[in-house]
Amino acid sequence: MNNPDVIIIGSGVIGNATAYNLAKRGLSVTVLEKSPIIGDGGSSRNGGGVRQSGRHPAELPLAMYAIKNLWPGLSDELGTDVEYCQKGNLRLGKTKEHLDILKGLVKSNTAQNLDMRMIDYKEAREICPYLSEEVKGASWCATDGHANPMLATLAYYKAARRLGVRFITGVDVVTLRKIRGRIAQVCTADGTVYNAGQIVVAAGYESRKILSSVGIDIPMSQLLMECIVTEEAPPMFEQMLGTAMADFYGHQSKHGSFVFGGAHGFEPFATAGDVQTSSIGTSSTCRAIIGYFPALQHLKIVRTWAGWLDDCADHIPVIENALPGLTVGCAFSGHGFGISPVVGVLLAELAAGEQTTLDVSAFKHDRFKAKI
Amino acid sequence: MTDRQYIIGEFSPASDDDLIICRCEEITKGEIRRAVFDGMFNICEVRRLLRCGMGLCQGLTCGRLVKSVIAGEIGLSATALEDATARAPMRPTEMFIFAKEVTDE
Ligand SMILES: Cc1cc2nc3c(=O)[nH]c(=O)nc-3n(C[C@H](O)[C@H](O)[C@H](O)COP(=O)(O)OP(=O)(O)OC[C@H]3O[C@@H](n4cnc5c(N)ncnc54)[C@H](O)[C@@H]3O)c2cc1C
Repeated sequence: MNNPDVIIIGSGVIGNATAYNLAKRGLSVTVLEKSPIIGDGGSSRNGGGVRQSGRHPAELPLAMYAIKNLWPGLSDELGTDVEYCQKGNLRLGKTKEHLDILKGLVKSNTAQNLDMRMIDYKEAREICPYLSEEVKGASWCATDGHANPMLATLAYYKAARRLGVRFITGVDVVTLRKIRGRIAQVCTADGTVYNAGQIVVAAGYESRKILSSVGIDIPMSQLLMECIVTEEAPPMFEQMLGTAMADFYGHQSKHGSFVFGGAHGFEPFATAGDVQTSSIGTSSTCRAIIGYFPALQHLKIVRTWAGWLDDCADHIPVIENALPGLTVGCAFSGHGFGISPVVGVLLAELAAGEQTTLDVSAFKHDRFKAKI
Repeated sequence: MTDRQYIIGEFSPASDDDLIICRCEEITKGEIRRAVFDGMFNICEVRRLLRCGMGLCQGLTCGRLVKSVIAGEIGLSATALEDATARAPMRPTEMFIFAKEVTDE
Protein backbone atom coordinates (compact mmCIF):
# COMPACT_ATOMS: atom_id res chain seq x y z
CA MET A 1 0.00 0.00 0.00
CA ASN A 2 2.80 2.41 0.86
CA ASN A 3 4.64 1.49 -2.32
CA PRO A 4 1.99 1.84 -5.02
CA ASP A 5 2.65 0.91 -8.63
CA VAL A 6 2.00 4.52 -9.62
CA ILE A 7 1.91 7.89 -7.84
CA ILE A 8 0.12 10.73 -9.62
CA ILE A 9 0.86 14.32 -8.61
CA GLY A 10 -2.20 16.53 -9.09
CA SER A 11 -5.92 15.70 -8.88
CA GLY A 12 -7.14 17.80 -11.79
CA VAL A 13 -9.16 16.20 -14.54
CA ILE A 14 -5.91 14.96 -16.12
CA GLY A 15 -4.58 13.32 -12.94
CA ASN A 16 -7.97 11.84 -12.05
CA ALA A 17 -8.58 10.46 -15.55
CA THR A 18 -5.11 8.90 -15.52
CA ALA A 19 -5.74 7.39 -12.07
CA TYR A 20 -9.02 5.90 -13.27
CA ASN A 21 -7.45 4.36 -16.37
CA LEU A 22 -4.55 2.90 -14.40
CA ALA A 23 -6.86 1.44 -11.74
CA LYS A 24 -8.90 -0.21 -14.50
CA ARG A 25 -5.73 -2.17 -15.33
CA GLY A 26 -5.55 -3.43 -11.75
CA LEU A 27 -2.57 -1.26 -10.82
CA SER A 28 -2.35 0.30 -7.36
CA VAL A 29 -2.45 4.09 -7.57
CA THR A 30 -2.02 6.97 -5.11
CA VAL A 31 -2.90 10.56 -6.07
CA LEU A 32 -1.19 13.38 -4.16
CA GLU A 33 -3.00 16.72 -4.29
CA LYS A 34 -1.66 19.97 -2.83
CA SER A 35 -5.02 21.62 -2.23
CA PRO A 36 -7.47 20.39 0.43
CA ILE A 37 -10.02 20.32 -2.42
CA ILE A 38 -10.03 17.78 -5.27
CA GLY A 39 -9.78 19.34 -8.73
CA ASP A 40 -9.67 22.95 -7.52
CA GLY A 41 -7.32 24.09 -10.32
CA GLY A 42 -8.23 24.83 -13.92
CA SER A 43 -10.26 21.64 -14.06
CA SER A 44 -13.15 23.03 -12.01
CA ARG A 45 -12.85 26.55 -13.37
CA ASN A 46 -12.95 26.13 -17.13
CA GLY A 47 -15.52 26.90 -19.80
CA GLY A 48 -16.42 23.29 -20.60
CA GLY A 49 -15.63 23.43 -24.31
CA VAL A 50 -15.25 19.99 -25.92
CA ARG A 51 -14.12 20.98 -29.37
CA GLN A 52 -11.97 19.82 -32.24
CA SER A 53 -12.28 22.94 -34.40
CA GLY A 54 -9.51 25.46 -33.99
CA ARG A 55 -7.08 22.92 -32.53
CA HIS A 56 -3.39 22.80 -33.39
CA PRO A 57 -2.61 20.10 -36.02
CA ALA A 58 -0.70 18.05 -33.44
CA GLU A 59 -3.55 18.12 -30.95
CA LEU A 60 -6.46 17.65 -33.34
CA PRO A 61 -6.16 13.83 -33.60
CA LEU A 62 -6.49 13.62 -29.80
CA ALA A 63 -9.65 15.73 -29.80
CA MET A 64 -11.14 13.78 -32.73
CA TYR A 65 -10.44 10.48 -31.02
CA ALA A 66 -11.92 11.61 -27.70
CA ILE A 67 -15.08 12.94 -29.35
CA LYS A 68 -15.59 9.87 -31.49
CA ASN A 69 -14.74 7.22 -28.93
CA LEU A 70 -14.79 8.49 -25.37
CA TRP A 71 -17.05 11.48 -24.66
CA PRO A 72 -20.32 9.90 -25.90
CA GLY A 73 -20.13 7.03 -23.39
CA LEU A 74 -18.36 8.83 -20.56
CA SER A 75 -21.36 9.45 -18.29
CA ASP A 76 -22.30 5.77 -18.43
CA GLU A 77 -18.76 4.58 -18.00
CA LEU A 78 -18.11 6.75 -14.93
CA GLY A 79 -21.58 6.47 -13.43
CA THR A 80 -22.08 10.26 -13.20
CA ASP A 81 -23.80 12.54 -15.72
CA VAL A 82 -21.04 14.80 -17.05
CA GLU A 83 -23.62 16.74 -19.14
CA TYR A 84 -21.92 16.07 -22.45
CA CYS A 85 -23.82 17.86 -25.23
CA GLN A 86 -22.71 17.39 -28.84
CA LYS A 87 -24.59 20.07 -30.76
CA GLY A 88 -21.76 21.76 -32.62
CA ASN A 89 -19.46 24.75 -32.37
CA LEU A 90 -20.08 28.13 -34.00
CA ARG A 91 -17.09 30.44 -34.22
CA LEU A 92 -18.38 33.85 -35.19
CA GLY A 93 -17.00 36.70 -37.24
CA LYS A 94 -18.14 40.27 -37.86
CA THR A 95 -15.53 41.63 -40.26
CA LYS A 96 -13.55 40.49 -43.28
CA GLU A 97 -10.49 40.08 -41.04
CA HIS A 98 -12.50 37.84 -38.72
CA LEU A 99 -13.72 35.71 -41.61
CA ASP A 100 -10.14 35.37 -42.88
CA ILE A 101 -9.08 34.02 -39.49
CA LEU A 102 -11.97 31.54 -39.54
CA LYS A 103 -11.16 30.43 -43.09
CA GLY A 104 -7.60 29.74 -41.99
CA LEU A 105 -8.84 27.50 -39.19
CA VAL A 106 -11.20 25.67 -41.52
CA LYS A 107 -8.39 25.11 -44.02
CA SER A 108 -6.03 23.75 -41.38
CA ASN A 109 -8.59 21.50 -39.66
CA THR A 110 -10.27 20.10 -42.79
CA ALA A 111 -6.82 19.12 -44.12
CA GLN A 112 -6.93 16.57 -41.27
CA ASN A 113 -10.41 15.38 -42.25
CA LEU A 114 -12.39 17.26 -39.64
CA ASP A 115 -15.95 17.91 -40.80
CA MET A 116 -15.98 21.69 -40.55
CA ARG A 117 -16.94 24.50 -42.93
CA MET A 118 -17.63 28.21 -43.35
CA ILE A 119 -21.28 29.24 -43.21
CA ASP A 120 -22.94 32.58 -43.94
CA TYR A 121 -25.02 34.72 -41.60
CA LYS A 122 -28.28 33.16 -42.77
CA GLU A 123 -27.20 29.61 -42.04
CA ALA A 124 -25.67 30.67 -38.73
CA ARG A 125 -29.00 32.29 -37.77
CA GLU A 126 -30.79 29.05 -38.58
CA ILE A 127 -28.48 27.21 -36.19
CA CYS A 128 -28.69 29.91 -33.53
CA PRO A 129 -31.54 32.43 -33.92
CA TYR A 130 -30.23 34.80 -31.25
CA LEU A 131 -27.22 36.04 -33.21
CA SER A 132 -26.73 39.78 -33.72
CA GLU A 133 -27.21 41.03 -37.26
CA GLU A 134 -23.64 42.29 -37.14
CA VAL A 135 -22.42 38.71 -37.56
CA LYS A 136 -21.18 38.17 -41.12
CA GLY A 137 -20.41 34.48 -41.00
CA ALA A 138 -19.02 31.65 -38.92
CA SER A 139 -17.09 28.44 -38.95
CA TRP A 140 -19.27 25.46 -38.11
CA CYS A 141 -18.25 22.08 -36.74
CA ALA A 142 -21.31 19.93 -36.04
CA THR A 143 -19.50 17.31 -33.93
CA ASP A 144 -18.10 19.72 -31.34
CA GLY A 145 -19.85 20.42 -28.07
CA HIS A 146 -19.48 21.01 -24.35
CA ALA A 147 -19.64 19.23 -20.99
CA ASN A 148 -19.62 20.14 -17.31
CA PRO A 149 -16.00 20.30 -16.13
CA MET A 150 -16.74 20.19 -12.40
CA LEU A 151 -18.81 17.04 -12.85
CA ALA A 152 -16.29 15.40 -15.20
CA THR A 153 -13.41 16.05 -12.78
CA LEU A 154 -15.35 14.67 -9.82
CA ALA A 155 -16.80 11.81 -11.89
CA TYR A 156 -13.28 10.54 -12.61
CA TYR A 157 -12.42 11.02 -8.93
CA LYS A 158 -15.46 9.04 -7.78
CA ALA A 159 -14.90 6.25 -10.30
CA ALA A 160 -11.17 6.04 -9.48
CA ARG A 161 -11.94 5.90 -5.78
CA ARG A 162 -14.43 3.09 -6.34
CA LEU A 163 -11.65 1.15 -8.07
CA GLY A 164 -9.47 1.58 -4.99
CA VAL A 165 -7.34 4.60 -5.89
CA ARG A 166 -6.00 6.32 -2.78
CA PHE A 167 -6.34 10.12 -2.84
CA ILE A 168 -4.41 12.21 -0.33
CA THR A 169 -5.26 15.92 -0.29
CA GLY A 170 -3.20 18.68 1.31
CA VAL A 171 0.15 17.23 0.17
CA ASP A 172 2.56 19.74 -1.33
CA VAL A 173 5.00 17.89 -3.60
CA VAL A 174 8.32 19.71 -3.84
CA THR A 175 10.86 17.45 -5.54
CA LEU A 176 11.33 14.12 -7.27
CA ARG A 177 14.30 11.89 -6.55
CA LYS A 178 16.24 9.41 -8.63
CA ILE A 179 17.33 6.05 -7.26
CA ARG A 180 19.76 4.00 -9.33
CA GLY A 181 18.95 5.84 -12.54
CA ARG A 182 15.19 5.76 -12.11
CA ILE A 183 12.82 8.43 -10.78
CA ALA A 184 11.35 6.59 -7.81
CA GLN A 185 10.60 9.00 -4.98
CA VAL A 186 8.33 11.95 -4.33
CA CYS A 187 9.31 14.37 -1.56
CA THR A 188 6.80 16.72 0.05
CA ALA A 189 7.10 20.06 1.84
CA ASP A 190 6.59 18.41 5.25
CA GLY A 191 9.52 16.04 4.64
CA THR A 192 7.53 12.91 3.80
CA VAL A 193 8.97 10.66 1.08
CA TYR A 194 6.71 8.46 -1.06
CA ASN A 195 8.06 5.59 -3.20
CA ALA A 196 6.45 4.28 -6.37
CA GLY A 197 7.23 2.16 -9.41
CA GLN A 198 6.22 5.01 -11.75
CA ILE A 199 5.51 8.70 -11.11
CA VAL A 200 3.09 10.81 -13.16
CA VAL A 201 3.39 14.59 -12.91
CA ALA A 202 0.04 16.23 -13.76
CA ALA A 203 0.24 19.35 -11.61
CA GLY A 204 -0.62 22.01 -14.20
CA TYR A 205 1.72 25.00 -14.24
CA GLU A 206 3.33 23.85 -11.01
CA SER A 207 4.64 20.79 -12.82
CA ARG A 208 7.41 23.10 -14.04
CA LYS A 209 8.88 23.55 -10.58
CA ILE A 210 8.49 19.88 -9.64
CA LEU A 211 10.14 18.73 -12.90
CA SER A 212 13.00 21.19 -12.51
CA SER A 213 14.16 19.07 -9.56
CA VAL A 214 15.15 16.39 -12.07
CA GLY A 215 16.54 18.70 -14.72
CA ILE A 216 13.49 19.09 -16.96
CA ASP A 217 12.31 22.57 -17.90
CA ILE A 218 9.10 23.13 -19.84
CA PRO A 219 8.71 26.71 -21.09
CA MET A 220 5.26 27.64 -19.88
CA SER A 221 3.77 30.67 -18.24
CA GLN A 222 0.66 31.21 -16.17
CA LEU A 223 -2.39 33.09 -17.42
CA LEU A 224 -5.33 33.99 -15.21
CA MET A 225 -8.56 33.60 -17.20
CA GLU A 226 -11.99 34.70 -15.98
CA CYS A 227 -15.48 33.26 -16.31
CA ILE A 228 -19.05 34.28 -15.49
CA VAL A 229 -22.25 32.33 -14.98
CA THR A 230 -25.77 33.68 -15.32
CA GLU A 231 -29.04 32.84 -13.66
CA GLU A 232 -31.06 29.98 -15.10
CA ALA A 233 -32.79 30.74 -18.41
CA PRO A 234 -35.18 28.70 -20.57
CA PRO A 235 -33.36 26.55 -23.17
CA MET A 236 -32.15 28.95 -25.91
CA PHE A 237 -29.23 27.34 -27.67
CA GLU A 238 -27.22 24.16 -27.44
CA GLN A 239 -24.06 25.01 -29.40
CA MET A 240 -20.64 25.87 -28.04
CA LEU A 241 -19.89 29.44 -29.12
CA GLY A 242 -16.71 31.30 -29.81
CA THR A 243 -15.44 34.20 -31.89
CA ALA A 244 -12.64 34.74 -34.37
CA MET A 245 -11.11 37.27 -31.96
CA ALA A 246 -11.46 34.87 -29.00
CA ASP A 247 -12.88 37.77 -26.96
CA PHE A 248 -15.48 35.46 -25.42
CA TYR A 249 -16.71 31.88 -25.61
CA GLY A 250 -19.37 29.88 -23.82
CA HIS A 251 -22.54 27.82 -23.81
CA GLN A 252 -25.83 27.30 -22.04
CA SER A 253 -25.51 24.50 -19.50
CA LYS A 254 -27.97 21.69 -18.94
CA HIS A 255 -29.14 23.55 -15.84
CA GLY A 256 -30.11 26.57 -17.96
CA SER A 257 -27.43 28.99 -16.83
CA PHE A 258 -25.02 30.42 -19.40
CA VAL A 259 -21.32 29.90 -18.72
CA PHE A 260 -19.05 32.35 -20.52
CA GLY A 261 -15.35 33.02 -20.45
CA GLY A 262 -13.60 36.05 -21.82
CA ALA A 263 -10.27 37.76 -22.21
CA HIS A 264 -9.63 41.41 -21.32
CA GLY A 265 -6.03 41.52 -22.50
CA PHE A 266 -4.13 41.75 -19.20
CA GLU A 267 -4.17 38.03 -18.34
CA PRO A 268 -0.37 37.58 -18.19
CA PHE A 269 -0.08 40.36 -15.60
CA ALA A 270 -2.22 38.82 -12.84
CA THR A 271 -0.66 38.49 -9.39
CA ALA A 272 0.95 35.08 -8.96
CA GLY A 273 -0.88 32.78 -6.59
CA ASP A 274 -4.00 34.94 -6.44
CA VAL A 275 -7.04 33.37 -8.11
CA GLN A 276 -9.30 36.40 -7.99
CA THR A 277 -11.29 38.02 -10.73
CA SER A 278 -10.16 41.45 -11.85
CA SER A 279 -12.20 44.64 -11.77
CA ILE A 280 -12.34 44.75 -15.58
CA GLY A 281 -12.89 41.14 -16.65
CA THR A 282 -16.64 40.75 -16.16
CA SER A 283 -17.45 44.04 -17.87
CA SER A 284 -15.26 43.26 -20.82
CA THR A 285 -16.79 39.79 -21.24
CA CYS A 286 -20.33 41.22 -20.99
CA ARG A 287 -19.63 43.78 -23.70
CA ALA A 288 -18.27 41.07 -25.98
CA ILE A 289 -21.29 38.80 -25.39
CA ILE A 290 -23.87 41.54 -25.91
CA GLY A 291 -22.12 42.49 -29.15
CA TYR A 292 -22.95 39.05 -30.54
CA PHE A 293 -26.06 38.14 -28.51
CA PRO A 294 -28.03 41.28 -27.67
CA ALA A 295 -30.91 39.09 -26.45
CA LEU A 296 -28.87 38.07 -23.42
CA GLN A 297 -28.29 41.57 -22.04
CA HIS A 298 -30.92 41.37 -19.31
CA LEU A 299 -29.77 38.02 -17.95
CA LYS A 300 -28.35 38.35 -14.47
CA ILE A 301 -24.85 37.25 -13.59
CA VAL A 302 -24.82 35.28 -10.34
CA ARG A 303 -21.12 34.47 -9.96
CA THR A 304 -17.74 35.14 -11.48
CA TRP A 305 -14.45 33.31 -10.97
CA ALA A 306 -10.92 33.01 -12.27
CA GLY A 307 -8.59 30.11 -12.98
CA TRP A 308 -4.94 29.67 -13.97
CA LEU A 309 -3.94 28.02 -17.14
CA ASP A 310 -0.55 26.56 -17.98
CA ASP A 311 0.30 28.21 -21.29
CA CYS A 312 3.11 26.47 -23.17
CA ALA A 313 5.50 28.30 -25.51
CA ASP A 314 3.94 26.53 -28.51
CA HIS A 315 0.46 26.15 -26.95
CA ILE A 316 0.39 22.36 -27.05
CA PRO A 317 0.98 20.01 -24.11
CA VAL A 318 3.80 17.78 -22.95
CA ILE A 319 2.67 14.13 -22.83
CA GLU A 320 5.55 11.66 -22.56
CA ASN A 321 7.74 9.32 -20.59
CA ALA A 322 10.43 11.92 -19.97
CA LEU A 323 12.86 9.83 -17.90
CA PRO A 324 12.91 6.25 -16.62
CA GLY A 325 10.14 6.09 -14.03
CA LEU A 326 8.67 9.48 -14.94
CA THR A 327 5.55 10.25 -17.00
CA VAL A 328 4.61 13.89 -17.67
CA GLY A 329 1.22 15.40 -18.58
CA CYS A 330 1.06 19.18 -18.39
CA ALA A 331 1.15 22.47 -20.34
CA PHE A 332 -2.38 22.01 -21.71
CA SER A 333 -2.43 25.71 -22.59
CA GLY A 334 -6.10 26.39 -21.88
CA HIS A 335 -7.63 23.55 -23.88
CA GLY A 336 -6.95 20.42 -21.86
CA PHE A 337 -10.49 19.72 -20.71
CA GLY A 338 -11.86 18.65 -24.09
CA ILE A 339 -9.07 16.12 -24.59
CA SER A 340 -8.87 14.96 -20.95
CA PRO A 341 -10.55 11.56 -21.49
CA VAL A 342 -8.02 10.56 -24.16
CA VAL A 343 -5.08 12.12 -22.32
CA GLY A 344 -6.05 10.00 -19.30
CA VAL A 345 -5.87 6.91 -21.51
CA LEU A 346 -2.54 7.93 -23.09
CA LEU A 347 -0.86 8.82 -19.79
CA ALA A 348 -2.05 5.52 -18.28
CA GLU A 349 -0.61 3.65 -21.27
CA LEU A 350 2.69 5.52 -20.96
CA ALA A 351 2.86 4.94 -17.20
CA ALA A 352 2.02 1.25 -17.60
CA GLY A 353 4.72 0.86 -20.27
CA GLU A 354 2.25 0.00 -23.03
CA GLN A 355 2.03 1.01 -26.67
CA THR A 356 -0.04 4.22 -26.88
CA THR A 357 -3.39 4.29 -28.73
CA LEU A 358 -2.33 7.47 -30.56
CA ASP A 359 1.03 8.83 -31.59
CA VAL A 360 2.33 11.19 -28.90
CA SER A 361 5.74 11.93 -30.39
CA ALA A 362 4.79 15.59 -31.00
CA PHE A 363 4.45 16.17 -27.26
CA LYS A 364 8.00 15.58 -26.01
CA HIS A 365 9.65 18.28 -23.90
CA ASP A 366 12.86 18.16 -25.94
CA ARG A 367 11.06 19.89 -28.83
CA PHE A 368 11.98 23.29 -27.40
CA LYS A 369 15.19 24.55 -28.98
CA ALA A 370 17.02 27.81 -28.37
CA LYS A 371 16.74 30.44 -31.10
CA ILE A 372 20.42 30.40 -31.91
CA MET B 1 -3.31 16.28 5.07
CA THR B 2 -6.35 14.06 4.52
CA ASP B 3 -6.16 10.49 3.33
CA ARG B 4 -9.40 10.12 1.40
CA GLN B 5 -9.26 6.38 1.84
CA TYR B 6 -10.65 6.99 5.30
CA ILE B 7 -13.86 4.97 5.22
CA ILE B 8 -17.02 6.31 6.78
CA GLY B 9 -18.94 3.07 6.39
CA GLU B 10 -21.82 2.21 4.11
CA PHE B 11 -24.41 4.80 3.12
CA SER B 12 -27.65 4.06 4.92
CA PRO B 13 -30.87 5.92 4.08
CA ALA B 14 -32.32 8.16 6.79
CA SER B 15 -35.93 9.13 7.45
CA ASP B 16 -35.33 12.83 6.68
CA ASP B 17 -33.38 12.28 3.44
CA ASP B 18 -36.16 13.96 1.43
CA LEU B 19 -35.75 17.24 3.31
CA ILE B 20 -34.90 20.07 0.90
CA ILE B 21 -31.74 21.80 2.10
CA CYS B 22 -30.95 24.09 -0.87
CA ARG B 23 -34.22 25.65 -1.97
CA CYS B 24 -32.93 27.45 -5.06
CA GLU B 25 -31.64 24.26 -6.64
CA GLU B 26 -33.89 21.82 -4.75
CA ILE B 27 -31.15 19.64 -3.32
CA THR B 28 -32.12 17.24 -0.53
CA LYS B 29 -30.33 16.17 2.60
CA GLY B 30 -30.12 12.63 1.20
CA GLU B 31 -28.31 13.81 -1.93
CA ILE B 32 -25.77 15.70 0.17
CA ARG B 33 -25.24 12.72 2.49
CA ARG B 34 -24.78 10.47 -0.54
CA ALA B 35 -22.15 12.85 -2.00
CA VAL B 36 -20.14 12.66 1.23
CA PHE B 37 -20.16 8.85 0.99
CA ASP B 38 -18.98 9.22 -2.62
CA GLY B 39 -15.89 11.04 -1.34
CA MET B 40 -16.86 14.74 -1.30
CA PHE B 41 -15.30 15.87 1.96
CA ASN B 42 -15.90 19.63 1.88
CA ILE B 43 -18.51 22.17 0.90
CA CYS B 44 -16.73 23.12 -2.31
CA GLU B 45 -16.69 19.57 -3.70
CA VAL B 46 -20.29 18.93 -2.65
CA ARG B 47 -21.59 22.02 -4.34
CA ARG B 48 -19.63 21.43 -7.52
CA LEU B 49 -21.18 17.98 -7.69
CA LEU B 50 -24.75 18.87 -6.68
CA ARG B 51 -25.15 22.64 -7.30
CA CYS B 52 -26.38 23.32 -3.75
CA GLY B 53 -25.62 26.97 -3.00
CA MET B 54 -25.07 27.72 -6.70
CA GLY B 55 -28.55 29.13 -7.40
CA LEU B 56 -29.92 32.65 -7.25
CA CYS B 57 -29.20 33.20 -3.55
CA GLN B 58 -25.67 31.74 -3.90
CA GLY B 59 -25.95 29.76 -0.68
CA LEU B 60 -26.88 32.65 1.61
CA THR B 61 -29.82 30.63 2.90
CA CYS B 62 -28.48 27.07 2.95
CA GLY B 63 -24.71 27.48 3.37
CA ARG B 64 -24.67 26.69 7.09
CA LEU B 65 -27.13 23.83 6.75
CA VAL B 66 -25.10 22.17 3.97
CA LYS B 67 -22.01 22.49 6.11
CA SER B 68 -23.66 20.87 9.11
CA VAL B 69 -24.91 17.93 7.01
CA ILE B 70 -21.40 17.31 5.63
CA ALA B 71 -19.77 17.71 9.04
CA GLY B 72 -22.32 15.36 10.59
CA GLU B 73 -21.47 12.59 8.13
CA ILE B 74 -17.70 12.78 8.48
CA GLY B 75 -17.89 13.26 12.25
CA LEU B 76 -16.46 16.77 12.46
CA SER B 77 -17.87 19.90 14.04
CA ALA B 78 -19.23 22.29 11.41
CA THR B 79 -16.70 24.93 12.50
CA ALA B 80 -13.89 22.63 11.33
CA LEU B 81 -15.07 22.96 7.70
CA GLU B 82 -14.16 25.89 5.47
CA ASP B 83 -17.04 28.09 4.35
CA ALA B 84 -18.01 28.17 0.70
CA THR B 85 -16.17 30.82 -1.29
CA ALA B 86 -18.23 33.98 -1.75
CA ARG B 87 -17.85 35.46 -5.22
CA ALA B 88 -18.70 38.68 -6.99
CA PRO B 89 -21.22 40.10 -7.78
CA MET B 90 -22.74 40.78 -4.35
CA ARG B 91 -26.19 40.28 -5.81
CA PRO B 92 -27.32 39.05 -9.23
CA THR B 93 -26.66 41.84 -11.74
CA GLU B 94 -27.78 42.15 -15.34
CA MET B 95 -25.15 41.89 -18.06
CA PHE B 96 -25.97 45.25 -19.60
CA ILE B 97 -25.17 46.97 -16.31
CA PHE B 98 -21.68 45.45 -16.25
CA ALA B 99 -21.31 46.26 -19.94
CA LYS B 100 -21.98 49.96 -19.38
CA GLU B 101 -18.68 50.56 -17.65
CA VAL B 102 -17.21 52.05 -20.81
CA THR B 103 -19.24 54.41 -23.00
CA ASP B 104 -18.21 56.08 -26.22
CA GLU B 105 -18.26 59.82 -25.70
C1 LIG C 1 -10.94 29.97 -17.28
C2 LIG C 1 -10.52 28.75 -18.02
C3 LIG C 1 -11.28 28.31 -19.11
C4 LIG C 1 -10.94 27.16 -19.81
N1 LIG C 1 -11.76 26.71 -20.81
C5 LIG C 1 -11.52 25.52 -21.41
C6 LIG C 1 -12.41 24.99 -22.36
O1 LIG C 1 -13.45 25.58 -22.66
N2 LIG C 1 -12.09 23.80 -22.96
C7 LIG C 1 -10.96 23.11 -22.64
O2 LIG C 1 -10.71 22.06 -23.22
N3 LIG C 1 -10.12 23.57 -21.69
C8 LIG C 1 -10.37 24.76 -21.06
N4 LIG C 1 -9.50 25.24 -20.10
C9 LIG C 1 -8.29 24.47 -19.79
C10 LIG C 1 -8.54 23.29 -18.85
O3 LIG C 1 -9.25 23.72 -17.71
C11 LIG C 1 -7.20 22.69 -18.44
O4 LIG C 1 -6.40 22.45 -19.57
C12 LIG C 1 -7.39 21.38 -17.69
O5 LIG C 1 -8.30 21.51 -16.64
C13 LIG C 1 -6.04 20.93 -17.19
O6 LIG C 1 -6.21 19.95 -16.22
P1 LIG C 1 -5.01 19.57 -15.28
O7 LIG C 1 -5.47 18.41 -14.48
O8 LIG C 1 -3.77 19.45 -16.08
O9 LIG C 1 -4.76 20.88 -14.41
P2 LIG C 1 -5.39 21.40 -13.03
O10 LIG C 1 -6.85 21.23 -12.97
O11 LIG C 1 -4.86 22.77 -12.80
O12 LIG C 1 -4.80 20.39 -11.97
C14 LIG C 1 -3.51 20.42 -11.47
C15 LIG C 1 -3.58 19.99 -10.02
O13 LIG C 1 -2.28 19.83 -9.51
C16 LIG C 1 -2.28 20.29 -8.18
N5 LIG C 1 -0.90 20.66 -7.79
C17 LIG C 1 -0.20 21.76 -8.18
N6 LIG C 1 1.00 21.77 -7.59
C18 LIG C 1 1.07 20.67 -6.81
C19 LIG C 1 2.07 20.15 -5.92
N7 LIG C 1 3.22 20.80 -5.73
N8 LIG C 1 1.80 19.00 -5.26
C20 LIG C 1 0.61 18.35 -5.44
N9 LIG C 1 -0.36 18.80 -6.25
C21 LIG C 1 -0.14 19.95 -6.94
C22 LIG C 1 -3.19 21.51 -8.23
O14 LIG C 1 -3.63 21.89 -6.94
C23 LIG C 1 -4.28 21.03 -9.15
O15 LIG C 1 -5.34 20.41 -8.45
C24 LIG C 1 -9.78 26.43 -19.42
C25 LIG C 1 -9.01 26.86 -18.34
C26 LIG C 1 -9.36 28.00 -17.63
C27 LIG C 1 -8.53 28.43 -16.46
